[in-house]
Amino acid sequence: MATVRIPTPLRKYTEGKEEVDIAGANVGQLLDNLDAKHGGIGERIRDPKGAVRRFVNIFVGDEDIRFLDGLETPVKDGDEVSIIPAIAGGL
Amino acid sequence: MATFNEVLSRVKADIRELSVDETKARVLDNRSDSPVLVDVRERDEYEQGFIPHAEWIPRGFLELKIEDLVADRSREVVIYCAGGVRSALAARSLVEMGYERVYSMAGGFRAWKNAGHAFERPRVMSAEQIKRYSRHIMLPEVGEVGQGKLLDAKVLCLGAGGLGSPSALYLAAAGVGTIGIVDDDVVDESNLQRQVLHNIERLGMPKVESARKTLQALNPDVNVIPIEDRLDSSNIMDILANYDLVVDGADNFPTRYLLNDAALKLKKPVVHASIFRFEGQVTTFMADDEGPCYRCLYPDPPPPGMAPSCQEAGVLGVLPGMIGTLQANEALKIILGVGKTLSGRLLVLDALGTKFRTMKLRRDPDCRVCSKQPEDIELIDYEAFCSIG
Repeated sequence: MATVRIPTPLRKYTEGKEEVDIAGANVGQLLDNLDAKHGGIGERIRDPKGAVRRFVNIFVGDEDIRFLDGLETPVKDGDEVSIIPAIAGGL
Repeated sequence: MATFNEVLSRVKADIRELSVDETKARVLDNRSDSPVLVDVRERDEYEQGFIPHAEWIPRGFLELKIEDLVADRSREVVIYCAGGVRSALAARSLVEMGYERVYSMAGGFRAWKNAGHAFERPRVMSAEQIKRYSRHIMLPEVGEVGQGKLLDAKVLCLGAGGLGSPSALYLAAAGVGTIGIVDDDVVDESNLQRQVLHNIERLGMPKVESARKTLQALNPDVNVIPIEDRLDSSNIMDILANYDLVVDGADNFPTRYLLNDAALKLKKPVVHASIFRFEGQVTTFMADDEGPCYRCLYPDPPPPGMAPSCQEAGVLGVLPGMIGTLQANEALKIILGVGKTLSGRLLVLDALGTKFRTMKLRRDPDCRVCSKQPEDIELIDYEAFCSIG
């Protein structure tokens, strides 16, 4: 199980939880399992073709998966996976 | 009992001297591995001119301050004063402190000037400024030179709202000489929970005007330039061109993407931050050849349906305070050329858990904006949409 950190704008899908524990051997499987458990969150993260949306970044530890193996990036037990969307607020 | 002249001849026999020509060759003509040059004269003498690259420590403070300036006692140090006497006594004192390679410049600044060598005049600060900025000036990383850089700096604050309030206040307090503020909004009661530039007497006033009043009351040294406008592709290049760097506290995606692209065209650093409810993000885009840009991080803005709706907005009042002061810290470091910026790092703050996390950001070699030559970047005005997110 990895710990997935949920950003504030998506916490409505996780009953307000900031962290959820999800199983999955790689980031892609982890996101599938996250969506299975918390319906609706998946389409906010990935487009209909399954690619991570261009205004969302996913980090395993402190590394951006775009510079690792993308959705194939392996996830180990205890890893922290962070979903970080673009936010615009400044006011 | 010994007379002063006897003491001086003994000291001069003990220490090593360099001529002005030797000093010039070692310090000015070859800057690699050059010795540290220390001017030990008093303020009024220093203000009349000093040797380029010299560090100024008046004789009375030399022993107290030299270890901050030169930690390595095997480093070469050349000291000068007006005529070569005080520097000889100073050199002996440093030898006693264990400095191994200390020289006194024979003949002092007079001989340097008479030889026709170049000298510079320092920025002369008023007595009020020296007092106002004394806590900066006593930091070796800032000093009078650094304070001069701050006074000469021009920073554009995008937004006079939640993020712009704390960053502009601290930049003004720090003595950043020119602060431009862009905002086209007026002060509303609901702003006052976090926008500490404004107050109850300013309701209905343009935010840039309220900001100008607050900042100038805090520090009359600061020239505040109110820009009551919204940035778009027609005005952003002209506005940005007048500033050294931008502190981005905008409240919408179109402005943030436009700013990124324009700043890359003009090679201006952007200190970026955004906030939502209890969460903040901060990073610095240096617009250099190494660090990432906003589009390396988020290539495109979210479509309207994907951004949280206006009804979901809300922000803990202190959050922009924390994030905005981090932006001011970044801006001050860039101006002073000290420390390490957040370039290549995204700092994410969760105020509810009081958790700071730092993610690694990389420059995307295929980024369709920053991989281009600056002149080939085209500015885009994205459609404005409700994007409190």
